[in-house]
Amino acid sequence: MDIKKSIDDKTYKRQVKQKEPKSRLLKECAAAFLVGGLICVLGEALNDIGGCLKLDKQATDVFRSTALIFLGALFTGIGWYDVLGKFAGAGSIVPITGFANSVVSPALEYKWEGQVLGVGAKLFTIAGPVLVFGIISAVLVGLIYCIFG
Amino acid sequence: MNYLWAFAIGGAICAAGQILLSKTMMTPARILVLFVTLGVFLTALGVYEPLAELAGAGAQVPLTGFGYALAKGTFKAVDEYGIMGALTGGVTGTAGGIAAAVVFGYLVALIFKPKVKK
Amino acid sequence: MGKRIGHRTVKFTNAPAIISFASAAGENEKKGPYGGYFDLTFDDGLWGEKTYELAERKMLTRVSQEALKKAGLTPADVSYMLAGDLLNQIISSGFAARALEIPFIGLYGACSTMAESVMLGAMLADGGYALNVLCATSSHFATAERQYRNPLELGTPRTPTAQNTVTGAGALVISAQKAGFPAVTFATAGRVIDLGINDVSDLGAAMAPAAAETIITHLEDTDRGADYYDYIITGDLGTFGSEMLLRMISGTGRDISANHRDCGVLIYGGDKKMGCGGSGCGCSAAMMCGYFLNEMKNGRINRMLFTATGALHSPTSMLQNETIPAIAHAVAIENGSVV
Repeated sequence: MDIKKSIDDKTYKRQVKQKEPKSRLLKECAAAFLVGGLICVLGEALNDIGGCLKLDKQATDVFRSTALIFLGALFTGIGWYDVLGKFAGAGSIVPITGFANSVVSPALEYKWEGQVLGVGAKLFTIAGPVLVFGIISAVLVGLIYCIFG
Repeated sequence: MNYLWAFAIGGAICAAGQILLSKTMMTPARILVLFVTLGVFLTALGVYEPLAELAGAGAQVPLTGFGYALAKGTFKAVDEYGIMGALTGGVTGTAGGIAAAVVFGYLVALIFKPKVKK
Repeated sequence: MGKRIGHRTVKFTNAPAIISFASAAGENEKKGPYGGYFDLTFDDGLWGEKTYELAERKMLTRVSQEALKKAGLTPADVSYMLAGDLLNQIISSGFAARALEIPFIGLYGACSTMAESVMLGAMLADGGYALNVLCATSSHFATAERQYRNPLELGTPRTPTAQNTVTGAGALVISAQKAGFPAVTFATAGRVIDLGINDVSDLGAAMAPAAAETIITHLEDTDRGADYYDYIITGDLGTFGSEMLLRMISGTGRDISANHRDCGVLIYGGDKKMGCGGSGCGCSAAMMCGYFLNEMKNGRINRMLFTATGALHSPTSMLQNETIPAIAHAVAIENGSVV
């Protein structure tokens, strides 16, 4: 039997798209909104704590980022962050805690490949592109700013 | 009031990310790259700063905020050091976050083990 | 001579029979509705080993040893070990073969490996090239996720069509001219079929056309109706892939909806946390060597067509935006063969 005679690529792909179980966008966006919002509320609380500790703006920024990264890393290690991720989707990926999760999770499972080429190399398999493109765009923007004021 | 804006704006940015995640075939890594670069460019265009004033952590905590920090650090360094600042500013501005990610990431990876059981 | 019939099917004339079988599975599989059928089970994914790779290797080695034990054979009695798995360079199989010291023929058919190995094993035995052949395969959730997808603790959600790689293994021994055992009667090899699906979290849809193609070819070649078999079993199409398979087959005027079963759908009993069901070579292997062959041995099933499907992509091909080619091999296993 020649399957190509009974159905062609385009028709099959169309049928697959029509029939596949759909994700419920509204529910997923609501979950992302809720969790993402709450993590930002936590961030705002950390900002306030920084104010109470009489830290200046820059120190507060570092304090808040460091605390959230620590929490993201810790919850990844404990094994709760991926549970959160299954529920919250982008609500756990987009905040900076998600960045920490993307740094820790590959490193966690490459321990057996050693410190240098395992943990060390794998820390940035997912987060690496964020730094690469973030830094490139910052340099670009800086050059434009410098030249054109 | 700050908390309400932080919740609303932060949630909205995440919800936007969710639309991309659900409706396109973009992987999380690509979405993060998109958001970081958007943060840089929106800051350069002067759009992100007012959002950060209004929403505080709601604009700083999502990864667009990381782009915002990169851009602000770059501008500050260019003001101080001229063209060299274009290179040094971004990384300097986010140095704390990067170092924290490396240090805590390494430590946690050392101490904990991944789990199969869900 | 004259063992080939139709387009792509081989008819076995020397009753290559499955004289023993053994299966292993992990925690999630043990908790499923067929948990009681697996010979060896373990918790926590590591089975007391230091790495998940070692655990998978242990599974494959142990099921092989168990199958040999049940057949009353030692490794020295076995002519060939046909084995494969999902890992790069099929290390689970190679290292297991090292432990067993049987002449090793490594296979890569992705999730179709169980059927591929049974087909080749039956050919070797039927042709007189082997006295006893050990066919084995395994998969492990953690090792597969590391290699193909995301780190275990990464917080990304699943898509609705995603499946869960089974931690499981199966091994069986084939020997020619043995009466009183389920025998491999026909084997239909698959061609690589690609209808342009490029979504790695929808492998069921990618593989369904290959399964349809091989099943229909088999039925045409053997001139059998779909209802000849008590069960037409696929390896890991999952719920959605099965739906696409049934549609495609009914599009050709045949109907397998009554007797079609999918190991991926069965193994987790419809647990929503497992998405569309189980996947991986170990899925079909554990279900075959745990449940289905057991039912055949007890005479509750007498004729089955086992069609395992495999998706032949790699992480690299996906990054290069390739589509997902798939393959399906079918073996007919029947009771009551005459030597």
